[in-house]
Amino acid sequence: MAISKQQSNRLKKYATLIRRHIIDETFHAASGHPGGSLSCSDIMAVLYFNEMRLDPQNPAWEDRDRFVLSKGHCAPALYAALAEKGFFPREDLITFRHIDSYLEGHPNMRTVPGVDMSTGSLGQGISAAVGMAIAGKLDKKDYRVYTLLGDGEIQEGQVWESCMAAAHYKLDNLVAILDYNGLQIDGKITEVLSPEPIEEKFTAFGWKVISINGHDYSQIIDGLAEAKRSKGKPTMIIARTTKGKGVSFMENAAGWHGTAPDREQRDKAMSELDEVLAKLEVE
Amino acid sequence: MVRKIATREGYGNALAEFGGDKRIVVMDSDLSKSTKTDTFKKKYPERFFNMGIAEASMMSVAAGIATCGKVVFASSFAVFASGRAFDQVRNSICYPELNVKIGASHAGITVGEDGGTHQSIEDIAIMRALPNMVVISPADAVEARHAVKAAIEYDGPVYLRLGRLAVPVIFDEDSYSFELGKGITLSEGKDVAIIATGLMVNTALEAKELLEKEGISARIINIHTIKPIDSDIILKAAKETGAIVTAEEHSIIGGLGSAVAEVLGQNFPVPLKMVGVEDRFGKSGKPDKLLEMYGLTASNILSKAKEAIKMKR
Ligand SMILES: Cc1ncc(C[n+]2csc(CCOP(=O)(O)OP(=O)(O)O)c2C)c(N)n1
Ligand SMILES: [Mg+2]
Repeated sequence: MAISKQQSNRLKKYATLIRRHIIDETFHAASGHPGGSLSCSDIMAVLYFNEMRLDPQNPAWEDRDRFVLSKGHCAPALYAALAEKGFFPREDLITFRHIDSYLEGHPNMRTVPGVDMSTGSLGQGISAAVGMAIAGKLDKKDYRVYTLLGDGEIQEGQVWESCMAAAHYKLDNLVAILDYNGLQIDGKITEVLSPEPIEEKFTAFGWKVISINGHDYSQIIDGLAEAKRSKGKPTMIIARTTKGKGVSFMENAAGWHGTAPDREQRDKAMSELDEVLAKLEVE
Repeated sequence: MVRKIATREGYGNALAEFGGDKRIVVMDSDLSKSTKTDTFKKKYPERFFNMGIAEASMMSVAAGIATCGKVVFASSFAVFASGRAFDQVRNSICYPELNVKIGASHAGITVGEDGGTHQSIEDIAIMRALPNMVVISPADAVEARHAVKAAIEYDGPVYLRLGRLAVPVIFDEDSYSFELGKGITLSEGKDVAIIATGLMVNTALEAKELLEKEGISARIINIHTIKPIDSDIILKAAKETGAIVTAEEHSIIGGLGSAVAEVLGQNFPVPLKMVGVEDRFGKSGKPDKLLEMYGLTASNILSKAKEAIKMKR
């Protein structure tokens, strides 16, 4: 279903703000992971500003939807979304990874308001999300559980262990989104150790599989809506993305996985993103 | 005749006994008959989840369930619970301090015939190295029952080390009291103190009689909580007896002996001798024969005690 220009512009604005924060967080930390954070910014914008039931005033609200960032290295994107949503002050974002900050290098549920699970060791987040979905069923709650995985991350055997469990326990309150950007640290996923064919694997593991363009808001929204309609099985949304999306010189470059921009690169990235925001203003 | 019950039995029965608490969720990885979680499963099937032979996933799923206000028991053999799933226990459970209790059965060499692959001799060492983890090693089924109760009451990660072998019941259910982090002096003595955990507590009590025959008065201390360790009871014993022997069904590297050495070395050094598995893997055999082969015997405690006493200055 096509979405209105207004709705799409609103989401584009949030995604661009998230991208700006990612650049600033990693710049001020002089470390961190911009590539995979930028590739999932549009998905994060839809989750936090269109999809999830949350109350920033009450991060521990029992009936909230849950989100687990299984690819925990993309904390800059999660923190940016949480700050924009109002869980904590935006100004704090530039303390990311600093010694006196609560914004740990990887998501820490004990220090960061709005983080539902500590992650960082790849493969574990999706299992935790399975646990939350099991608890939701046990307590007959109607909250939904979302988790975001990297395409390199699915090389972890644990991902498939939890996929088996999710299908076995018919967790239709669980949606996993795969940030299918084709890259991991050492290069292309197909060259490092191919997890292909990905769709067929998840289908064979008993999941409903939906393939979308992960930068197209209406496709993300439709995918999430379709997941809600699916009964008796968990849903895997395979979102085709571009690593480094939105910053021209970071796009599709494995080198930007875990490298922070320097001052000049930061300024160049910011001007590109500001241009996007300015265009949205005009529209 | 002494009554013999395995600590894993005590664990399973306790889960069923206290399982009326709706917060309790029990998980297993295809070993529910061995770990005895099937006792809970029969009574509360709706709160039992078999995760299949997938220990890594089980630990992180347990963590996820715990974030929703549940008390989750996750069971497997000690060798897999602590080894196969170490990173999951570390990062999904201990780092976020989640309310997951790991019921690790078949610890130590008394697993017997299954042999070295299945005999965990390093789990205390690796579990106790994790911040936020509490490590409990009950001596008999009565203590195991109380340990389960204490684990339910405690909010945070707990590692429960349980055995396969039926061992003598040494405590009396009516008079026994368990306090997390507190050792128990089972009998007084002034020449040497034997600090033991798990099934070696009973062996230490046997050693006391052997020592007595040689005119040596030995204090026997049961350390059921290896972490946090009861420094007070250890230092008091060091000051009053001047010589310590530790006894455990675990490697002498990183286990109870090491924990005691850390306390003594930093506060009140006295001669210390360790009875435990001497940096080698277990092997197949009958449990009692293995205990003998690995020196986990009253007679070995006796000779180690004599050596420790000789080292006194
Ligand atoms: C268990 C584990 N092994 C290795 C790492 C180090 N690591 C961090 S990110 C990464 C690559 C991730 O690639 P992908 O999942 O494709 O993420 P994205 O492209 O979205 O950044 C690796 C190997 C880790 N965090 N956890
Ligand atoms: Mg990738």
